[in-house]
Amino acid sequence: MPTLTIDGIEVTVPDKTNLIEAAKMVGAEIPHYCYHPGLSVAGNCRMCLVEIEKAPKLAIGCFTPCQEGMVVHTSTEKVLQARKDVLEFLLINHPLDCPVCDQAGECWLQIYYMKHGQYESRMMEDKIKKHKKATAIGPTVTLDQERCILCARCVRFCDEISKTSELGIFNRGNHAELDVFPGKELNNKYSGNVVDICPVGALTDRDFRFQCRVWYLDTQDSICPGCSRGCNIQVHYNLDRPHHAEGRRVLRLKPRFNPEVNKYWICDEGRYGYKFIDDESRILMPQVMRNGGMEFVSWDEALKASAEKIKASIPEELGVLASPQLTNEELYLIRKLFVEELGATQVEFRVPPKEEGYSDDYLVKADKNPNTKGAEEIGLAVGSAEEILKAAAEKKLSALVIFVHNLVNSGLDDSLVKAALEGVETLIFIGSNFSDTSEKANVILPSATYAEKSGTFANSEGRVQRIHEAVPPLGESLPEWQILNELARALGLDWDYQGTEHIFAELAKDVPAFANLTYEILGDQGQTLGYVPPAEEEALVEHGELEAVRAT
Amino acid sequence: MQPRVKLGLLQRTYIPEVLIGLIITARHFFVNLRNHTLRLMGSRSVQPGAVTIQYPEERRPLSPRLRSLHRLTKREDGAPRCVACLMCETVCPARCIYIVPKENPDPHIEKMPARFDIDLGRCVFCGFCVEACPEDAIRMDTGILQFSASSRKDMIYTMDQLLAHKPASSQ
Repeated sequence: MPTLTIDGIEVTVPDKTNLIEAAKMVGAEIPHYCYHPGLSVAGNCRMCLVEIEKAPKLAIGCFTPCQEGMVVHTSTEKVLQARKDVLEFLLINHPLDCPVCDQAGECWLQIYYMKHGQYESRMMEDKIKKHKKATAIGPTVTLDQERCILCARCVRFCDEISKTSELGIFNRGNHAELDVFPGKELNNKYSGNVVDICPVGALTDRDFRFQCRVWYLDTQDSICPGCSRGCNIQVHYNLDRPHHAEGRRVLRLKPRFNPEVNKYWICDEGRYGYKFIDDESRILMPQVMRNGGMEFVSWDEALKASAEKIKASIPEELGVLASPQLTNEELYLIRKLFVEELGATQVEFRVPPKEEGYSDDYLVKADKNPNTKGAEEIGLAVGSAEEILKAAAEKKLSALVIFVHNLVNSGLDDSLVKAALEGVETLIFIGSNFSDTSEKANVILPSATYAEKSGTFANSEGRVQRIHEAVPPLGESLPEWQILNELARALGLDWDYQGTEHIFAELAKDVPAFANLTYEILGDQGQTLGYVPPAEEEALVEHGELEAVRAT
Repeated sequence: MQPRVKLGLLQRTYIPEVLIGLIITARHFFVNLRNHTLRLMGSRSVQPGAVTIQYPEERRPLSPRLRSLHRLTKREDGAPRCVACLMCETVCPARCIYIVPKENPDPHIEKMPARFDIDLGRCVFCGFCVEACPEDAIRMDTGILQFSASSRKDMIYTMDQLLAHKPASSQ
């Protein structure tokens, strides 16, 4: 634990901390391009030069470990001049593409130029033209070699994180250029991350290309619902200028740092899995079957119709298929309403997928639902999906409530699903998008997607993490917890939930695994199930009971 | 609120005020009559008399820096110069510019507008779009000052209309 002085402030840092990270701790920013905390150190951009007392020359901050008694200056005249010179070198062959470059607005060349550059250009020669301008080098990424500053972050990412090594830097000096190896393309499960770590506009996202200028985007923290890993993400959306991107509101997802879950990365499956939010298949209005056809109705009418059907069926005739796509708050309300209040015995949330999902040993999990763990803890696994469908096929059910699931395209037997969906008297579908299952429904209640509601997901490791409402629910759709609240009221119950935090407080009291958790404790990085507050933890350690509590 | 001025009896009849108004009008008539007559007789020391321009048959010359209806400039091959960078849309304080970019078939140019609409019902003619344009693709030099439409929708000028406009100097 060396103690050193940075810009006159004394700081003690862990061993092997480099100067960039140490400077962050005292609030000083050392500009850098090639250094990325998630990758190995290359030290080739020379942007992070700092002055160290008693050292003969300026040293790079990224590759200089902190030493006891070091005295570092990050903004002396010498350092500022060095940054300016490095920036001038980097910009020698950089094209004036800023107005048409998708990176503009989040480009570190622009940001550092505004801070450290702004000089008269002394470059008299023509800029060197590189080979690939706006060329797709894979299904997700566009390469522009002229914009590249050769920091090699992407090369190191492909070598160290995705371990696929598609990218390399070819040729020398002025002619050095980033490219894929001959005959290869940048096509791996994590390829989208090279766009995030590229500090300039050399690697841009094909999916986001020309969709929107980044300064129109707003952001909201969320959790990727693509699998049970629960990667932390930021939802980038545009509500102000609907003529961009054909009116889609959510335009891209970016990873958000969480050392416990996904570090700096997300997989491509999750990154591009947001399209259903503004898809044409979204259900916008409640619908009820009348006179042999589906009719658009108001929420009041739809809830009344659903409540009548549910009321009419005795508990044994009521089937409920909840979904691990729902938040803990919603699953808790499902349990409370259908199991505790109505006494339904045919309740399940697991529906086997058609085929085993892709998984690897890094981020991607085979279970493509974000909240299986939460649903298990809340205790919704009463029966099995197959049993419920069998009962429906044998006309033993008078009402079946299906949340989100598309049974027709699942791992369940097709003929059984068909018989069940047709055999049940009333099929109530609550979901965000039309599917083959919703087509068979008698009542359709439109629900919000994860980007349109708040709540929590528990990932496969039991880490409970919050999602936030980024955009308002599309059309007349409502978050499931509101639908359940209203449905309970239509059933004559005295429910009045004002928000998800209200529900979560009750959930924490009721379900032992969620004990002690509050939204405040979850924060933006989440907290694991079975959380014990630090003060209590100390007491338990003293008595040697901590392990016993954790085990329960 | 200020208390209303209490009018006297004479003021309430309005007669003096009407007379004052008539005197001012008459004074303008006689001063102009005198100025016109003296100028006609060759005197250059008096001011020229006021004249009425018979608009729209007669028009005053426009200043070269006047900001009039927009036009989009073209490349040599007739394609729009615009590269759909959205600088004008970003800077526009009235938010009346709507651009949708698309891929340019020319590999040397990154993108071009698929749609470039200006809602002239909202435009405040500040000229910021012209200032912001890095490509000299939009100008406000058509000299067209009169344009009208019978619906708000028709006040939205599309890219084809804006490309068809000619600069005032060419007419």
